[in-house]
Amino acid sequence: MGEFVQLVVDGLSTGSVYAAIALAIVLVHSATGLVNFAQGGMAVLAAYVAWVLTNQSVPLVVAVLASIVFSFVLGAVVERYLMRRFERGDPDTAVVVTIGLLTLITGIAGWLWSYNNQQFPSLFPLDTVSFLGVSISIRSIGTTLSIVAVMIVLQLLFVRTKLGLALRAVAINPQSAAFSGLPVERLLMVGWGLAAVLGAVAGALVAPQLTLTPGMLDNALVYALAAVILGGLTSPVGVVIAAWMIGVLENLAAVYVPFIGHDLKIAVPFILLFVVLVVRPQGLFGRKTVVRV
Amino acid sequence: MTLLELEDVTASYGPVQVLDGVTLSVPENGAVGILGANGAGKTTTLRAISGTVRAGGRIVFDGKDIRGMRPDQVAAQGIAHVPEGRGTLGDLTVRENLMVGAYLRKDRKGIDEDVDYCLDLFPNLRERITSNASALSGGEQQMLAVSRGIMSKPRLMLLDEASLGLAPSTAKNVYDAIRRLRVESGIAMLVVEQNANLAFTLVDTATVLETGRNALTGSSAELKGMDEIRRAYLGG
Ligand SMILES: Nc1ncnc2c1ncn2[C@@H]1O[C@H](COP(=O)(O)OP(=O)(O)OP(=O)(O)O)[C@@H](O)[C@H]1O
Ligand SMILES: [Mg+2]
Repeated sequence: MGEFVQLVVDGLSTGSVYAAIALAIVLVHSATGLVNFAQGGMAVLAAYVAWVLTNQSVPLVVAVLASIVFSFVLGAVVERYLMRRFERGDPDTAVVVTIGLLTLITGIAGWLWSYNNQQFPSLFPLDTVSFLGVSISIRSIGTTLSIVAVMIVLQLLFVRTKLGLALRAVAINPQSAAFSGLPVERLLMVGWGLAAVLGAVAGALVAPQLTLTPGMLDNALVYALAAVILGGLTSPVGVVIAAWMIGVLENLAAVYVPFIGHDLKIAVPFILLFVVLVVRPQGLFGRKTVVRV
Repeated sequence: MTLLELEDVTASYGPVQVLDGVTLSVPENGAVGILGANGAGKTTTLRAISGTVRAGGRIVFDGKDIRGMRPDQVAAQGIAHVPEGRGTLGDLTVRENLMVGAYLRKDRKGIDEDVDYCLDLFPNLRERITSNASALSGGEQQMLAVSRGIMSKPRLMLLDEASLGLAPSTAKNVYDAIRRLRVESGIAMLVVEQNANLAFTLVDTATVLETGRNALTGSSAELKGMDEIRRAYLGG
């Protein structure tokens, strides 16, 4: 029982990391209609920025906050100077560009900081707390709660603020939004910046566990994409739930299904994905695309 | 006083030129119609003004050259484009659509008053205020599109086929409301309309476009009296 609960809590924690990256992908997709394969790579770059700062004896929290600011600017700059020319063109071209960007970022990180694993300090103590007789890692709880908090803040931003309303309007119909004076191009930069911030939070939270390498989030990106498809591209809540399911199932399967083990656990989300998509092609929570005349 | 002046405006989509020298002017508080067959370039003329297609020639609004401005910059000058097909933001509620319309404004009190004004002008919207725009009927969406334009407190409204796809009685309701809006607000209007009968209830003068050029321009009364206009646009 104790092991089971611990596996679930740890699964929710890694699932939250997938969820943050998945939401970043959904955010960019809803605003610009393209899937950013570099979302994980950009997050790794942010984690390196935080790591470099902590090596200069900047306090960890300050370093992470600085890396979040860095990410916002990075996201905005990538949109403005790279992706903009591809946004309303051929989506295949744009996707290839984001894959190229991922390769480029990974290469730059490897060149600057080598491909060796670097220790990244944890924002949370590595102890466990006892809850109803079960010991649970504080880091897992902290990671989950931090990411949930970020999601809530983001949700409030989108629902309660004028900026959020403008971002939603531009995502729905940029040309029509411009007729009301919304600065579409600047809002797209903000959207990309916010997505990068989500990734940066995820990166900083997971880096202590995975240790920092240029390819640190490659697997997480694959899981995040699985969550995006499983949850349905149009449903942020669905995507988060799917990401949690993937995180938990992955952990449980590795331990309880003997032939899967740690080597095969990457296949778990895809088996899940396959089964769900056969039954519900629009994902668990996604809407069927309705073509309006 | 002239508010909007178009002189020899040209525009193309890729290599295909669709506006070949359009000239018109809208006086302050005036309402001008643009008539013409399908594909004559009516929508493109409005797009040239609002900056959604690149245009040549001269486009002057309130003494200022606005040709080449981005659509959001044109909107900021005080021009509200209510596009063909309505352009309502489907996943946003009616109220949110109105607030998007008010994006450039800071006067909270004035915004609240204008929301009330829109709901008074289009009572159908009042009960639907928390519904998603995508759940509205075509007529209600058109009312919302006009209201979103009102919310930006424009000096000029560009209306593109506000009657499109509506039952005749609904179309008449919408035009009645727009006429009331015109009288009460003094907003100048440039009105594209297939249904010339409806257009003539609203506009003082009109121009007829044929393949991207002005074929005829005159007052509503003059145009209504012409046989060719009757045959082409007034159903006999
Ligand atoms: N986005 C576009 N790309 C290419 N050609 C276009 C585009 N929009 C319009 N056209 C062409 O430009 C010409 C003028 O179109 P426009 O939409 O301005 O006509 P309109 O007078 O508004 O017609 P309607 O009454 O059917 O709305 C047409 O020949 C049309 O096929
Ligand atoms: Mg048209």
